[in-house]
Amino acid sequence: MDIFLQQIINGLVQGSVYALVALGYTMVYGILGLINFAHGEVVMVGAMIAFTLLQTLLAAAVSPVVAILLSLLVAIVLCMALGYGIERIAYRPLRNAPRLAPLITAIGMSIVLQNLAMMIWGREYHAFPMPLGNALHEVGGAIITDVQIGIVLVALLMMSGLMIVVHRTRMGRAMRAVAENPSAAVLMGVDINRVISSTFMLGSALAAVAGFMVSANYGIVHYYMGFMLGLKAFTAAVLGGIGNLRGAMLGGVLLGLIESLGAGYVGDLTGGFLGSNYQDVFAFFVLIAVLVFRPSGLLGERVAERA
Amino acid sequence: MLITKLVSFFALISTIALVGCNKSETPSLNDASELLVKIGASAPLTGPQAHIGKDNENGTRMAIDDANAKGITIGGKKVHFELLSEDDQTDPKTATIVAQKLVDAKVNGIIGHLNSGTTIPASRIYSDNGIPQISPSATAVAYTAQGYKTAFRVMANDAQQGKVLGEFATKSLAAKKIAVLDDRTAYGQGIADEFVKSAQAHGAKIITREYTTDKSIDFSAVLTSIKGKKPDLIFFGGMDPQGAPMVKQLRSLGMKTQFMMGDGGYTPKFIDNAGVAAEGAYASLPGVPLAKMPKGLDFAARYEARFKHPIQLYAPYCYDAVNVMIAAMQQAGSAEPAKYLPVLSKVIYDGVTAKLAFDEKGDLKGGAITLYQVRQGKWQAVETIAGIQP
Repeated sequence: MDIFLQQIINGLVQGSVYALVALGYTMVYGILGLINFAHGEVVMVGAMIAFTLLQTLLAAAVSPVVAILLSLLVAIVLCMALGYGIERIAYRPLRNAPRLAPLITAIGMSIVLQNLAMMIWGREYHAFPMPLGNALHEVGGAIITDVQIGIVLVALLMMSGLMIVVHRTRMGRAMRAVAENPSAAVLMGVDINRVISSTFMLGSALAAVAGFMVSANYGIVHYYMGFMLGLKAFTAAVLGGIGNLRGAMLGGVLLGLIESLGAGYVGDLTGGFLGSNYQDVFAFFVLIAVLVFRPSGLLGERVAERA
Repeated sequence: MLITKLVSFFALISTIALVGCNKSETPSLNDASELLVKIGASAPLTGPQAHIGKDNENGTRMAIDDANAKGITIGGKKVHFELLSEDDQTDPKTATIVAQKLVDAKVNGIIGHLNSGTTIPASRIYSDNGIPQISPSATAVAYTAQGYKTAFRVMANDAQQGKVLGEFATKSLAAKKIAVLDDRTAYGQGIADEFVKSAQAHGAKIITREYTTDKSIDFSAVLTSIKGKKPDLIFFGGMDPQGAPMVKQLRSLGMKTQFMMGDGGYTPKFIDNAGVAAEGAYASLPGVPLAKMPKGLDFAARYEARFKHPIQLYAPYCYDAVNVMIAAMQQAGSAEPAKYLPVLSKVIYDGVTAKLAFDEKGDLKGGAITLYQVRQGKWQAVETIAGIQP
């Protein structure tokens, strides 16, 4: 039982991160109908910036709490700038191009960011300093660290914040309007470029937070870390119904649980025929299953294809 | 440092970055009386194991620069050595491509590759072209078991290492129930298999055998599943990029289980990245501790002075590999692969890691293996077991 609970905790922690990243994919898709494949790299850049800052601040004997908050804040701001830049450079010039073109620039952007990060931060794994929150707590036989509790709480906080922004503010209303019908929104006086830029910036801010959380949890940063995380989060967004905010959150948490329970029990269930190394396979099996049986995802609505 | 990093990041964003490919260095000017000997080297210079690969390149480069500085003569001619270093990206496919590239460049010998998974497929290409290859670090048994006359290594193989590790785990650490993980590479799987054989022979029970990949960093699910089985010891066959987060997550799950790796874990980076969680972990490394070797400490000091960081892992082995190759060339009086290859299999050379001599398969004769443990944030030698026959 304690092992089962432990796997649930593992899944929830992992799932919270997936959910935050998945929101970035889903928001952009909802508004532009574009999969921003560079989003995973934004997570990585956020983690790298936070790593550099945190290391420098801690070396300068700044108090841990201040160092953590400051590096998180700077990572968020710089990632927002990066998200804005990506949209301006790689997507805006192609707004009216065939759908394949922005998809290709998205992949190109992802490769460029990865290689830039490799040039700046080097090729090796760096230890992510985490001065606080390494204490262990026992809950019904399962162990959870402060960092992991923090991850789940911060993810919840960020997600509720996002819901408030989208449903209670002017900008949120503009976003929903653009998502529903871009041309009608323009006619109603919505500044579509501003809306798209803010969407990218919001998504990137969440990505920066996610990057910080993953690195704090594993204690490691690496220029390649965004790639797999991005793919998983994309899967989560599809699982929940891409374009749907609640779907991305649900999809993220579900995917985290599926992975950790799957990897944890597949070995015992199949008598060792399949092992926990199939962890990644579960995620992508889910992706295929969703696309085959319910392409609109769990919470997605079946919408008529627009011409 | 911080400001420059961030500034350079955003400056780079606004420019189109050209990711350059590795260019081999142009040979220095040499007159006709000087003999040019090209030494090819290959290791991963990008990717998760780049820090270990770069360390290999550094060790090889140091040996070559030392040889050039000494003004070595082969067959009465003054020799200039040149290093051609290639990135195999830990990828077996890429390894065969760079192997062919080095062969086409007419290298006189090869130092490499780093991983067993890359060394084995590349070894066929070197063998077909008759070019002697000394791997500083490939430990999979299969490498020298293929019957290639050109394949050598300067490190004890996995059978020797696994044997010692399994014996140490069961006898000295009294582990009865052992969980084994590996990264599914030729090296990781090989050493884990040998460990399992040896541990079982000494009466331990392998309660679970799990796998991961050489790119994963999340092991929470598999470790939790292992936790439920309550092992006395966890053995991981793999390298430090996985080993460090693994031991960290192990401790985050509140598990006090002993953690053990092969030579892939014995790096300063393992301790850097795992932090306090590294404390108490075991790893092995073929050879005698550098401090106990006559020329070992001198080598370590010169390495640090030159590259401004400590030896990561295999640099001393690369240094030895180059020197044993040069020694064979000198004895044969020729740098022609066909002429010095027969000598290489018989040469005896006093290196910084061990007294080197090869058996008929190209394995190191009677190599010693040392077990290390992380104590107070440093790898400390626990026990050296000498003269392990393969």
